[in-house]
Amino acid sequence: MSDLIHKTAAQLAEMLAAGTTTSVEITQAHLDRIAAVDGDLNAFLHVNAAVSLEAAKASDARRAAGAPLSPLDGVPIAIKDVLVTTDMPSTSGSKILEGWMSPYDATVVTKVREAGLVPLGKTNMDEFAMGSSTEHSAYGPTRNPWDLDRIPGGSGGGSAAAVAAFEAPLALGSDTGGSIRQPAHITGTVGVKPTYGGVSRYGAIALASSFDQIGPVTRTVMDSALLHDVIKGHDVHDSTSLKDEWPSFAEAAKNANVKGLKIGVIEQLDGEGFQPGVLARFHESLELLKANGAEIVNVSLPSLEHAVAAYYLILPAEASSNLAKFDSVRFGLRVQPEGGGTVEQVMSATREAGFGAEVKRRIILGTYALSAGYYDAYYGSAQKVRTLVQRDFADAFSKVDVLASPTAPTTAWKLGEQLDDPVAMWRGDIATIPANMAGIPGISVPAGLADEDGLPVGIQFLAPAREDARLYNVGAALETLLEQKWGHTLLSQAPELKGGAL
Amino acid sequence: MSDISAEQVRHLANLARIDLSDAEIATMTTELGQIMEAVASVQAVATPDVPATSHPIPLKNVYRPDVVADVIPTDKALASAPEHDGSRFKVSAILGEEQ
Repeated sequence: MSDLIHKTAAQLAEMLAAGTTTSVEITQAHLDRIAAVDGDLNAFLHVNAAVSLEAAKASDARRAAGAPLSPLDGVPIAIKDVLVTTDMPSTSGSKILEGWMSPYDATVVTKVREAGLVPLGKTNMDEFAMGSSTEHSAYGPTRNPWDLDRIPGGSGGGSAAAVAAFEAPLALGSDTGGSIRQPAHITGTVGVKPTYGGVSRYGAIALASSFDQIGPVTRTVMDSALLHDVIKGHDVHDSTSLKDEWPSFAEAAKNANVKGLKIGVIEQLDGEGFQPGVLARFHESLELLKANGAEIVNVSLPSLEHAVAAYYLILPAEASSNLAKFDSVRFGLRVQPEGGGTVEQVMSATREAGFGAEVKRRIILGTYALSAGYYDAYYGSAQKVRTLVQRDFADAFSKVDVLASPTAPTTAWKLGEQLDDPVAMWRGDIATIPANMAGIPGISVPAGLADEDGLPVGIQFLAPAREDARLYNVGAALETLLEQKWGHTLLSQAPELKGGAL
Repeated sequence: MSDISAEQVRHLANLARIDLSDAEIATMTTELGQIMEAVASVQAVATPDVPATSHPIPLKNVYRPDVVADVIPTDKALASAPEHDGSRFKVSAILGEEQ
């Protein structure tokens, strides 16, 4: 039954409904896959087969009684370690939370449990989601299934690698500046950052609260839509969550029709600084959409030039405040300085020992940006840039239905290649950060392989706030057109993982 | 802008309650200088006529009825604490000897 791992979540749901397989069989197949290949990938920080199989058995019992909780009841899912869970440790990739058990579940975790999905484990990530390569995890990097010497993207490299390597059909991620979309681009998978407030953030260990958003990580656009349909909606525990009634995203993905759709190509994200193979696949995708009835126009968003700079002032400012809660008092690590000390000295020793280099860097940067005398010049200015970015998007969306760009400037780089130059790594987020600045939704869909290195490339679509459905429509349309052209899925071209390579 | 001193970083580390080593302070002083140079461009476009945005989709007056909701019980809240006495978190001395 090893072929079960190659099925999409939608196919597994159909098979479960038809009674041709069981959740226990599906879950066991994925646990076997994890056991076989995760030693090479390190996509998972925690797996507990007994707990997962228990949930799978319960799902099969519900189905046998004719009462499945949802179409996805019994389908396994991997959960990014930024989301807190009561039955698995939640570390957010940090030593300061090693082994920590949450007293409650994140709302999205509650929702996937209530829909009957089977949690497989917690996935690796850059510490507190700070990074674009998963190399900043305190538990070692995750490796890219396409090339084990390369990064899987970040911060959600674990979730992306898990679905790309067929360890899980579905995963949850969090996207603060591209942490769902960029790993999707890097690993040839699909990732969606919903509208800010469209999915509850309760129980997501906060990085930058005005940017963070939880979303689906999958192999197909339809699977993302199905998972988004499970996790969307208002939550009393998250006062920034929207009370909107959301349409069915699965219906939008089924529609998959771009006839008459106006697509704006963002001039600032098409050219200089982007790898040739990334641009080639991007323009090929646009041509295909055009040939199928979409109208392609160029649009200019001049403020994007300053978006990365503004983001790297606002994010550290919010992060330095959010991470103040790791104070050695209520949860996590406590380090006693030599000879004991006051609570402040214990706090300082704990944070010195428990945080990694990138986290310390951003906390200090944020503390600086917020300190008296610099606040207006840095944090205040960055918030004004945010206004300008929002105005640019509002202007662009008055002319087009969706915007398009490559998801990131380059394909996967080698592990260790960019670790010494944090500013260079931050520039890689240039295409994904603007959506978080404006709170708008974005999707990354596989667009092919770059000619120069044979590595995956993604195309990003952005829609106005609350119009997430447009992304599923255009994303599913392009996915179908590309797969018809290729005659196969992109992931079928990835090298076979045998396990034991490392 | 980029003339950040080691003394300043030491002060920031103290504010952020991170007991950075001398080596870390040296590295971070250089890095912080480079980073601030890279982000300084925001000041050029942030003219006085542009209002600041703090929240992507602003909501106003998010209220709920004043009733006890699903509260985490004390034993669960304390279960993962570094130290507790059964009803409260335990911490080391708040004041030093000289205070």
